[in-house]
Amino acid sequence: MTELQTPVVAAPAAAPPDEPERRRGWFGIVRPWLPLVALAVFAILPYSTVSLPGLFDGPLNSPGTLQLLAICLVFGGLAAGYDLLFGRTGMLSFGHALYFAAGVYGTDILVTKGGLPLWQAALLTLAGGAILAALLGAIALRTAGIAFAMVTLAFAQVGATLVALDSGGLTGGEEGLPLDVSGLPDSLVGVANTVNLYWLALAYLALVVFVVARVAASPTGRVLAGLRDDERRIGVLGLDPYRFKLVAFTLSGSLATAGGVIYCLLVGGASPHITSSELTLSLLVMVVLGGPGTRWGPVIGGFLYMYLDHRLTDFGSSSAVDSLPTVLSAPLSQPLFVLGTVFILAVYFFPGGLASLKTRLTPLHHLTSRPRR
Amino acid sequence: MGTIVLLTLTGLGLAALYFLVAAGLSLVFGLADVLNFAHGLFLSVGAYGTWWAANHLPGAGPGGFGFVLAVAFGVAAGALVGALVELVMIRPLYSRNIEQVLVTVGLSLAGVALLQASWGADPRDFPRPEWSRQVTVVLGAKVPNSILLLIVAAVVVLAALLAFLRYTRYGLIIRAGVENREMVTALGIDVRKAFTLVFVIGGAVAALAGGLGGVYYGSVSPSQGGSLLIFAFIVVVIGGMGSVVGSAYAAVVVGLLQQFVNYYGTSGAGDLCVVALLAAVLLLRPQGIAGKAVTA
Repeated sequence: MTELQTPVVAAPAAAPPDEPERRRGWFGIVRPWLPLVALAVFAILPYSTVSLPGLFDGPLNSPGTLQLLAICLVFGGLAAGYDLLFGRTGMLSFGHALYFAAGVYGTDILVTKGGLPLWQAALLTLAGGAILAALLGAIALRTAGIAFAMVTLAFAQVGATLVALDSGGLTGGEEGLPLDVSGLPDSLVGVANTVNLYWLALAYLALVVFVVARVAASPTGRVLAGLRDDERRIGVLGLDPYRFKLVAFTLSGSLATAGGVIYCLLVGGASPHITSSELTLSLLVMVVLGGPGTRWGPVIGGFLYMYLDHRLTDFGSSSAVDSLPTVLSAPLSQPLFVLGTVFILAVYFFPGGLASLKTRLTPLHHLTSRPRR
Repeated sequence: MGTIVLLTLTGLGLAALYFLVAAGLSLVFGLADVLNFAHGLFLSVGAYGTWWAANHLPGAGPGGFGFVLAVAFGVAAGALVGALVELVMIRPLYSRNIEQVLVTVGLSLAGVALLQASWGADPRDFPRPEWSRQVTVVLGAKVPNSILLLIVAAVVVLAALLAFLRYTRYGLIIRAGVENREMVTALGIDVRKAFTLVFVIGGAVAALAGGLGGVYYGSVSPSQGGSLLIFAFIVVVIGGMGSVVGSAYAAVVVGLLQQFVNYYGTSGAGDLCVVALLAAVLLLRPQGIAGKAVTA
């Protein structure tokens, strides 16, 4: 009878992903600390003057390189936040750009048009983004699956229309809205202070990874994973799928809004292309390339995607590509063509994304290490 | 009076465009469960195919029979691309729906980029027949002929689709497949042939929308397909997935609403009203106007 009295919710703690028994050598000891090591490496990166020709245009501590890295970091965080919906809960939202754009435009409008100090604008924007995500999520979640995807897409389209309409001259329409930097703290303004924005972006990424990992490891996270695998099972357990999905949707939307606040500071304004559905599709591509439902896959995918997106533009206009025949050079000059093609191939041949590389290489590893065992 | 007639007819013209895009989308979605993001690409293929044919294909041109030939070329190109997409990209991922959707997402990104690489991002002048620029006076309203052309085309396509779905064997299979795919498969009928067929139909009808849309807008650009696609999605959801008739009703409602609100309210407010309508329909009747019960 004692077994019956144990509450249903107190499910056994999920087994750690890698079995400690088999961990051997120095790597086993270092492994749990790797994220912290990576964080530390990224944090001290701006102090390095190493230049990596081919990878970046200038030395690591040059503003241009730092800005590119910071954009990559923000999108790593965005992709991780989006994965909370897609990879961890199994919800295919096509409207995530809306919450990101809400962060960017919210901060920009409140600072530039409203004249608020940055911290107030950021807090108001965050609250607004969270409320928006909760409201729209409450409506959109009445549908499921593909219909949910279409509905979120439609809501995001309203955002794009509102921005393009430029009613009251708030959003600047097609031209976008440059951020008025006169009211901002000095440490965030100017090319020389790009490094502070870089650290801000790194902090955002660390925050998102921390939040998503904590949620995923919590009882709520196990319910979300259950929703992804079989929604009926969660219903049978007496839990309300709708409420859990709404929580995930709101949290994910809020994280995207926070990313928008940072991005607005980073690029110094807002431009309408961030409201387009293409941005959501890019997020999806990032997550799938990196590996949905894994801790580091989406981060790596987002980082790599943005890096390639920026570098491929340079690569496309380089002399090496120009010297190719037009049939090849014209498509290669379009980053989206290259990324879209890579993405299609990844869906076919790498269903788990980059994060599954290790498991895919394991048979190879066993093969090479067999004589020693 | 003249204004109302004009608004009604231009609204119906817009509705015709939405219906042409949504019909294929709805059939593909109802049967194969694939939300086809590459549908906008089919539309662009039709638009650019028509544009290319009018300038290069012997016998084709902006006027008279040459225009019919140019549109036919665009439609054939759209149908071919639809068939290729199904055979090469969708079929290998049979019954893995999310992956199928993802592949069409990748294709829509790469395809639009390819169009942009080939013909530039700027809109191109579309070869319009002379008569489509003129107006016809209907009940005191001067209605552009291109709008009447769209409405006639949509009505013809709707009638043809319904006849095909109701009176032919393949139409029967498609209707049954939309209702219950497993059951049709269990009866020993190859649903996958029907998949290819709906992709061909969807590609052809979307390409027709692209060609006639080019006449309507007077220009073609790579991003045109994507922006129309979103309204087509809304039409499909409001109409009830998988229902051609539902899509037609929803297209009319959406087109008229958008046109009237944009005229009497501020420009762009119509788009907001359309999404508000979508939210209202979802709250009151999540399965859409026609629901899953009616499929033809």
